Formats: sequence, structure tokens, C-alpha cells
Amino acid sequence: MSIARLQVLGQPRVGSVVRVRLLIQHAMDTGYLQNMSGQYVPRNVINKITCQADGFEIFRVDPSSGIAANPYFEFSWRVTPAKVIKTIWIDDIGVEGELITPIEVLD
Amino acid sequence: MTESTTVKRGGVGLLDRRRALIQLSAQLSTLTVLGAKGGAACAQGMYSGKLRTLAELIDPITNGAQASKARVQIKMPVLADNGNLVGLGITSTLPMLEHEYVQKIYLLSQRNPVVQMATFYLGPWSGEVNINTRVRLAGSQFVVALAQTSRGAFYYDQFDVIVTESACVDGS
Repeated sequence: MSIARLQVLGQPRVGSVVRVRLLIQHAMDTGYLQNMSGQYVPRNVINKITCQADGFEIFRVDPSSGIAANPYFEFSWRVTPAKVIKTIWIDDIGVEGELITPIEVLD
Repeated sequence: MTESTTVKRGGVGLLDRRRALIQLSAQLSTLTVLGAKGGAACAQGMYSGKLRTLAELIDPITNGAQASKARVQIKMPVLADNGNLVGLGITSTLPMLEHEYVQKIYLLSQRNPVVQMATFYLGPWSGEVNINTRVRLAGSQFVVALAQTSRGAFYYDQFDVIVTESACVDGS
């Protein structure tokens, strides 16, 4: 199973505003919690998420440890003729993720 | 016969107990807000006892510019049972046009060790300001959403939330 999901709600038509849901699997370790052996788990959170529709940035968020594990975002987008939404994210230890979601936009 | 009676009593008692628990925890959380320092949190080396003022939250971002409490709205539960996962929505009636739009939205926490929970970058391509997310809250506090428009104006909203079980602290 993929570690990220992006869903465009409803049928996107050019010019209309649609809701987009994004869910990424990530522990978002705050650095304040201990593991089973009593050692602090170092901070490791996603610090940047970008969504691009055919290369044009439509949403960006810089989360911190204040965002819950498995970060979830729901945002609006005024639809442009695009074929894919590409989501990229990077966390504190430098692990990058990429999700490419093909979409079907009506004129 | 005894069994069924116990179940019945148990059922009623459970409801009552649950209601009492909710009330108690609400009162407890209010007490914590009133000035007690988060003991468990401090024990884990986390600095979260101090409640910041609104000015302390907003001023580093606005640099002294006026921020008005209007046109932005936070929607979230008044009582959050689990601070590790609190659903939160931000909406705004501010225009999202080519020449005037909301550029950034800062999500600020009064008590969390990290003040800026998230920064959202929006634009005319967003169509409207309507964001939902899930945050972690280290205890009862108010949450602030600060919107910055492309013309440099600031609008904010704050929301008081009671958190029964704080995030950033191990329950075990």
C-alpha cells in the first residue's frame, strides 16, 4: 500500500473550486517521547509538503511537530486544466517522498 | 436475576461516571490553565508550562503591524479528549483574487513547545480559504490562526480548547 494518498473530491471542472484531501503516513516524531527502552526518539517531522498541478504550485504547507502523526490536509483548489497532481514532501532526516496522482479535468 | 440487575446498574453508573469524568477533566484542565505548570511535561524535559500571550504569539510574525480579529474563523471541538489528534478547520471570508489574496496562514499554539504548528501558503489558485488538518496540543490553551494577505494586512482568530490528555507526554 502506498504511504500517501491524495483525493480530489467531486468532478473537477476548469474554473470551479474543488476540495483536495492529502494524507501521508509518517510518524512525525516530536523528540519529546521515549521508546520502549527509555531513550528519546529524535525529532523527525515532515517539514515541507508541496502539491503541484502540472508543475504549478497549488498548495504548500510547512508542518512542524505540532501536526499530528500521519499528517492530513484538506484544501481548496481552483481547477486548471492539469493531468496530474504531484505531491512532494521532505522530513527532518532528509527522506523525500513523491506521490503522483493522475486527475481527469472536464472543460 | 442478580446479573441483569448489575448490568442495569452498571449501565446507568457508567453513564454517570462518564459524565462526571468529563466534568472533572474539564475542571482539571481549567485549573491547569489557571496557572499550574504541566508537571508531567516538565518531567520529560519539555518546556510547556508557560502560556504565551497573544502578543507573544503574533508579534514575531507581524513585526508590530496591526492584526485585527476578524474575517478568519477556526472551527474545532471545544473539548478535545486526545491532544495527539485534534481536528481543526480554518476558513476565511477574505478575497482570493489576482490582486488581493491570502498569502500565508500561520497556525499558532499558546502552550506547545513549538509555537508555529504549521504555515500554509495559499494564493488565487486556492479559490477560497478553507483548510482542514489535525494538530497536536500540549494541554488546554487557545489556538490562533493568523492570516497574512498579499497587501501585508493581518487577520486572526483564536479558539479556546480544553485538552483532556495532553500530547508530547507519554501516557505510560
